[in-house]
Formats: sequence, structure tokens, C-alpha cells
Amino acid sequence: MRRRVVITGIGVIAPGGSGVKDFWNLLVNGETATRKISFFDPAPFRSQVAAQADFDPETHGLGPQEIRRMDRAAQFAVVTAREAVVDSGLELTALDPYRTGVTVGSAVGATMGLDAEYRVVSDGGRLELVNYEYAVPHLYDYFVPSSFAAEVAWSVGAEGPATVVSTGCTSGLDAVGHACDLLREGSVDVMIAGATDAPISPITVACFDAIKATTPRNDDPEHASRPFDRTRNGFVLGEGSAMFVLEELESATRRNAHIYAEIAGFATRCNAFHMTGLRPDGRETAEAIRTAMSEARVSAEDIDYVNAHGSGTRQNDRHETAAFKRSLGAHAYRTPVSSIKSMVGHSLGAIGSIEIAASVLAIENNVVPPTANLHNPDPECDLDYVPLTAREWPTDTVLTVGSGFGGFQSAMVLARAEASVA
Amino acid sequence: MTTTRVVVTGLGVMAPNGLGAENYWAATRNGKSGIGRITRFDPTGYPARLAGEVGGFAAEEHLPSRLIPQTDRMTRLALVAADWALADAGVRPSELAEFEMGVVTASSSGGFEFGQGELQNLWSKGSQYVSAYQSFAWFYAVNTGQISIRHAMRGPSGVLVSDQAGGLDALAQARRQIRKGSKLIVAGGVDASICPWGWVAQLASRRLSTSDDPDRAYLPFDAAACGHVPGEGGALLIVEDAQAARQRGVPTSYGEIAGYGCTFDPKPGSGRDSGLRQAIQLALHNAGLAPGEINVVFADAAALPALDRIKAAAITAIFGPYGVPVTAPKTMVGRLYSGGAALDLVTALLSIRDGLVPPTTNVSLAPDYGIDLVIEQPRVGVLSTALVVARGYGGFNSAMVVRAAE
Amino acid sequence: MSIREVTVEDLKRILRESGGANENVDLEGEMLDTDFDVLGYDSLVLLETAARITREYGVTLDDEAVTSARTPRRFLEFVNGG
Repeated sequence: MRRRVVITGIGVIAPGGSGVKDFWNLLVNGETATRKISFFDPAPFRSQVAAQADFDPETHGLGPQEIRRMDRAAQFAVVTAREAVVDSGLELTALDPYRTGVTVGSAVGATMGLDAEYRVVSDGGRLELVNYEYAVPHLYDYFVPSSFAAEVAWSVGAEGPATVVSTGCTSGLDAVGHACDLLREGSVDVMIAGATDAPISPITVACFDAIKATTPRNDDPEHASRPFDRTRNGFVLGEGSAMFVLEELESATRRNAHIYAEIAGFATRCNAFHMTGLRPDGRETAEAIRTAMSEARVSAEDIDYVNAHGSGTRQNDRHETAAFKRSLGAHAYRTPVSSIKSMVGHSLGAIGSIEIAASVLAIENNVVPPTANLHNPDPECDLDYVPLTAREWPTDTVLTVGSGFGGFQSAMVLARAEASVA
Repeated sequence: MTTTRVVVTGLGVMAPNGLGAENYWAATRNGKSGIGRITRFDPTGYPARLAGEVGGFAAEEHLPSRLIPQTDRMTRLALVAADWALADAGVRPSELAEFEMGVVTASSSGGFEFGQGELQNLWSKGSQYVSAYQSFAWFYAVNTGQISIRHAMRGPSGVLVSDQAGGLDALAQARRQIRKGSKLIVAGGVDASICPWGWVAQLASRRLSTSDDPDRAYLPFDAAACGHVPGEGGALLIVEDAQAARQRGVPTSYGEIAGYGCTFDPKPGSGRDSGLRQAIQLALHNAGLAPGEINVVFADAAALPALDRIKAAAITAIFGPYGVPVTAPKTMVGRLYSGGAALDLVTALLSIRDGLVPPTTNVSLAPDYGIDLVIEQPRVGVLSTALVVARGYGGFNSAMVVRAAE
Repeated sequence: MSIREVTVEDLKRILRESGGANENVDLEGEMLDTDFDVLGYDSLVLLETAARITREYGVTLDDEAVTSARTPRRFLEFVNGG
């Protein structure tokens, strides 16, 4: 009998609002959190727009030493992990700590911390033989981002398997998928899983500028992220985190937990084509989708909503539309599809988890979030992308999809969970 | 959860004391060290000056020139190691089903040297000097991505980061994927962060040895233990479904991945013990083996007294004082971050194959540890099982049991 | 505005630095009208090449130019044409 995995707690930090409620309100109102970059002077950069989170670590209960030593992305993860645990009502200290594990996804690790520390030890890039005497004591925690999993594990008291999953922009999906694997094989009873990234730093903005992947629509930041729109010209860099409490369905039912949704299916494939490019046919994404659906024992017609990767680059949205058609057939034209990156930007490794949160809330509320800024239909992207306005829609089963540099293509099926029959 | 048997059929090694598995093994059997004064940059101004560098590797001789501008050294080493592992396994990926092959690597710091160069370009010259390749050449997923592209492997792949424990976690994930239906996974880890920016980050761990004598710098379980020497390199292994391997015509494998266990230490100050012992116990239980059935233990070897003590205590608690041969041949290459545990696993498999346990070179065993440390000479005898232990900074404990091929 | 013209030899050097040299292609031969795909240079290499040209010669190529120039001759026309 296969163990079934459910989500019983959620924590979110996203641009436009901290906490699950604010996050969902933003999505449901179709508001965007994309603005001109304010963390540093964006003038030297091609893309000057980002989706920044309004985050005060002290307000979230982090102490001075935690704030000093943790990169912003680690701070996000600890706060959202705590929020998820509280939300779940689970008393973790009453459980066997070896049976609680942690998986944190992150694409770019402690990028802000590294960028800032590099500037200092190199004295503004002047020194190739950088000065070790100026290194902060926790620089090693930035050097190897498994520190994110360590911080979350310490924070919740988990002593089971802990790891960081770092598969680029599918990290957020893959970390949760990995956690499901551990639960299903019986190594753990509870997983604290999700993802985080805080990449809004000069080095990241510069590297996406170099490949023209981010939008240069700097005169209109609030409408700069335009997935599936004919005038789309790149993604908006974002930041944030979403963490979940995952447990086995039977034990969640036994303790009368609030069950948000079941993680019914998950699959990941590689396109093995190019580190950053995508073929227009969406073949491997379709394969990941089909496999996830097969694991979930659902057919195309069962999918009520597709939460797309929808980054807003010309190539992704075209590729993804083709993937949906390949895998869902005629039903691709009937099911609503939307991209919340239109509202919260693309937070790289974190977004997959943030999108799982959105998908789960769609099931919870029977409302599908819109694709904001979608005014100009693109003949190559001709599905129903729920333009501008959220839609009340009976949503029992959601397909969420991600795509990442390195060729990663991941898909997950989330389903409304009936209580387990004893 | 199936009981599919998972075996290792190919090895690809990049080590400071040998390029390729057989060169590495020959050097290791003979106690030949690859540790020396850093040559990649001038280490004079730093408190630690030794490292295990992979010498004699010219990427242009092994890889198409178009891959050179877009890869960090770590990725070049990894790509070639993967090539060698596939050749060793007699695998031609084009002959296998694309969605049934995957890649799982461990990473620690990504392409840190490449990153240093681009950070320098950014801050000393300006943002327009940042390379287009910075978008992927440095990030943690790059080795998996590049290997998958090179060999058209489209099945489930992954990247795990758990510092020095990562290599075992990647191999465990490979086993998990094969039990879920994949037929072949390229798994392991390769790291290369011997650049000034990487060096300063490693120094911040406060675990590096500051000795200038390559023979006295890295001494685990010795009274003179004073930290470790970092190195670069690692290993990639071909992990297969045993039945699929047989159908492919592979006559024998290096061995079976028999068991795995993983824990994370409690927060410092909590009063609870390290989870290392539990990780080892989980691995033994997962392998269906009693402690007495383990023939050798490859230790993590932090070479700091407090950490060595935890290790020794876990081993003696499970195996009894002097209850099992213990060794750490990584004294010849240094600690290789995500490559370290993968290389240890290769060493364990070759020890089983050849009936020889390589020594922990340069070490005089301090009396209070109670472990049977193999020192000075290799120890010869039939081996059929080995336990590999790896610990990552922050408290990551992983343990893996391998068993001789049938 | 570029101060000096980017020659074919300049372009070859920068292409090699940005994307290596395809072992099966003779860059010394007639390659001005050969498609970049055939020469073994993908869009990333061309982006990198365009960036290097900007740094060395002061010419900024617009996005359209980089993606629409399929051959070295067309690329040089964009660069030197201003």
C-alpha cells in the first residue's frame, strides 16, 4: 500500500505580502508586486525591475545573532518553516526527531551574502588575492548553502535526513518532490520542505542582463512581467520562500490535521538540450507532466487548473504552451492556465514552492489566480490564461510545472484530499 | 518500495594523487600523497597554504573547445570523470532509453572560481563585463546539467547540497531513482574551490590545518591533529539496476549499494548527542547487516580532536573497541567537499575488489580513541563489506554500506 | 560609435574566446557566409561575443541585431554599419 503524502502546514514570504493570507490576497486581487529595484542603485543595469519582499527579520522573531549570520534567503526559510509548523498544529517536540527531516530548495544559495562579502574582502574587486582578515566568521555558511537546511533543522528541532536541493529554477518543486520520496519510502514521518531564494543582488541582475533573460521594461515596472502576452520580453527577478509541513495521510487524519491537499504525483526530466535554451516543442516537459499525472492516476480531463512556469520569456511561454498541448491534448484548451510570476516575479529556486502554495490555496478556495498584465494575445500562446482577473472555479486537481537552467523540467499534481478511510 | 538491487558498474575519478580510478588506486595503495603547497594562486599571505590539487589535467585534451569558456574547472573535471565512468562501465548512452538515464550530483560551492572571476569583473569594471556564462557556470546544478546534456540523459536528475556528506546523499538518491524505475544514474560529486575567494571562505570554517608540512598537516585521530587540508576533485560512479546491467552484458560490477542512513545533528547546546551513531545504525539496518559483518570503515576524518572523538565514539559504540578496521586514506588527497564521500565510496569498492585496505598515511594513532586504525601499511585480506561515513559542516551525517558483487 | 572597424580576424578571435573553435570547422577558410549554427556558435556565444565587442570597441548591438545576424558577414555589417 503506497503511503500518501499531504500538506498540513504552509508558510510563505513573497513580494507584496508576508504570510499566507497577504500572499493569497495579492493573487486573488490580481495585483503585482513588481517595482523598480530599491535594494541598490539599478541605473547601471539593463533590467531595473524586481519583485522585492517587504521583510523585517526582527518582526518575524529572528534574534540579532540569527540576523547577523544568516543570509536573507536563510532567514526567509526559517521564518516560513516556523510559520508552516505553527500552521500545521504539529507538536514536533513530541515526535522522534530522527523521523522528522528537512529539505530546502535553493537555486543560488547565499548570493546576496556572497556578493556583499566579496566586495569587502576584495576591496571592491581590486584584490585578486582577497583579504581573509575581512571575512565574516560565518562566511563558510554562505560558501556552502546546506546551511539553509541546517538553520531550518535547528529551528524546528529536526534530526532526520536534511539536505538542500539545488536544481536551478525547479528547486522549489524538486525539494518538495524529494521530501515526498523520503516519506513514501518510510524513512521519515514528517518533512519540513520547501524552498527559498533571495537573488536580488548586482551579480545576479548582471548575469541575467548578459543573456537578456530579464525584462528591460523599466518605464513600467508594475506591468513588466507579462507571461504569455505578445509583448512579453523577459522575466522579472523576484525573491521569497514557501515552506510546508508534509506528512502521511493516515497520521494527518488521525490527529485531525487540516489537510490542504495531497501531493498526488511528481516527476522530473531533463531536456538535455542546452543550459539555458529551450526547444519550442516542449517534449520533455510534456513527459514530466504525463509521468506526474500517471503517478497521480489522473487523466487530462481531471486537471482543473494548470499553474504554469510562465516566466515571461519569449522562449519559455512558447515552449510551455506546446508542452501543455502535447500532454493534455484537447483539454489544454479547456482548462484555465495561469502564471503568478506575473504578480510576484520569478524567485528562481523559491518560485516552485511558492507556486505549490498558490496551487494549494486554489484548491482550498476554489479560485484560480489570474495572469496579470495579459492584454495582447499571442497566436503562439492561445490557451485560456485567465487574463487579469481571478476566477471562481471548482478546483480539485492542479498541475504545477517548472523549468530551469540546466534543462530541468518538473511537474507536480496536487489534489484535494479526502480523509483516509480507516 | 522495491528491493531492486543497485550496483556500481563504472568509476570516474579525479584525485590529487591520480587521474582516473586505476591511477588513483595505485597511488593510494602505495601511500602516495597528492598534497602540496598551493600552486593555483600565491598562498603566502594566508594562514593555510597546502591543498590537494589535481595536477596534470588539461581540459582541452579531453573536452571540445566550445565547452571551455563556459565551464568552471570543477565542471571540466566532472565532465571528464563522467566520460571515464561511462567508458569504464562500457555504456554508450545513445544505445539506452533516454528517459531511463539520469544524473545526480552533489555540490558544495558550485563553480566558485568562475564566480570569483565574474564578481571581480562586476565590481572592478562594471556590470557589462559580466559573462553571459555566469547565468549558469557557477550555480550548484551545473555539473548535473552539463553531464545530462553531453550524454543526452533525460531521466530524473538531481543536485543535493549537504557539504561533505553530499557525495553519499547523491549516491543514495541514485539508488532511490533506480528503485523508482530509472535504469542508470551517473552519481557522485566533484568540487574545485582552490581560488583565493574560495580559500578565504574555507578558512572561515576554522577547520583548516595551518601546517606547511604536507606529511604533518592532516592527521586524523592523531594527538597532533590540527585540522584538515582541503582538496579538489572527486568521483562519478555509474549506478545501475543490477538486472539492467546484466541484460546489458556487464559481467560483473564493483559492488552493490546495500544500505544508507542519514541524520542531522541537534542544535549545539541542546544537550542531545550527535546523530552520527544513529546514521550508521540506520545504514546497517537498511543493509540487513549486523556490525560484525562489516569488514572495514572509511572514516570521515575531520582531524580536529573534538570531532575525531565523536567519530571514534560512534564507531566504538557500534562495533566495540578495536572492533573493526578503520581507515581514512583521504590523508593523501585532502577533504574534497562534495567529491570527498564519492571518492571514499570508490576507495571502498576497490578495497573490496582487491582485498586491500589502504592506510591512513602519516598518522600515529592517539591511544584514547579505541579504534583499530589502519596505518603505515595497507592491510591485506578478503573484504566483502565496507561502511563509508561522511559528515558535513553544520551536522550532516551520512553513512553508506557497500557489498561485494555477487 | 566604434573608433575602429571590427575586422574578420577580430571577430574570429572573439568568437574563439567566447565559444571555442569547432574541431570540424575550418575557421581559416571561407566562413563569412556560413551560418553560425554550422560554425558551432549558439545564441549564448553570440551574446557573449556581442558583449565583448561592446567592451573592446565601444559599439553596442541592439537585441534584434544579435538574434537576426545569422552569419559572420551579417554580424560584421551590424557592428561596423553603426
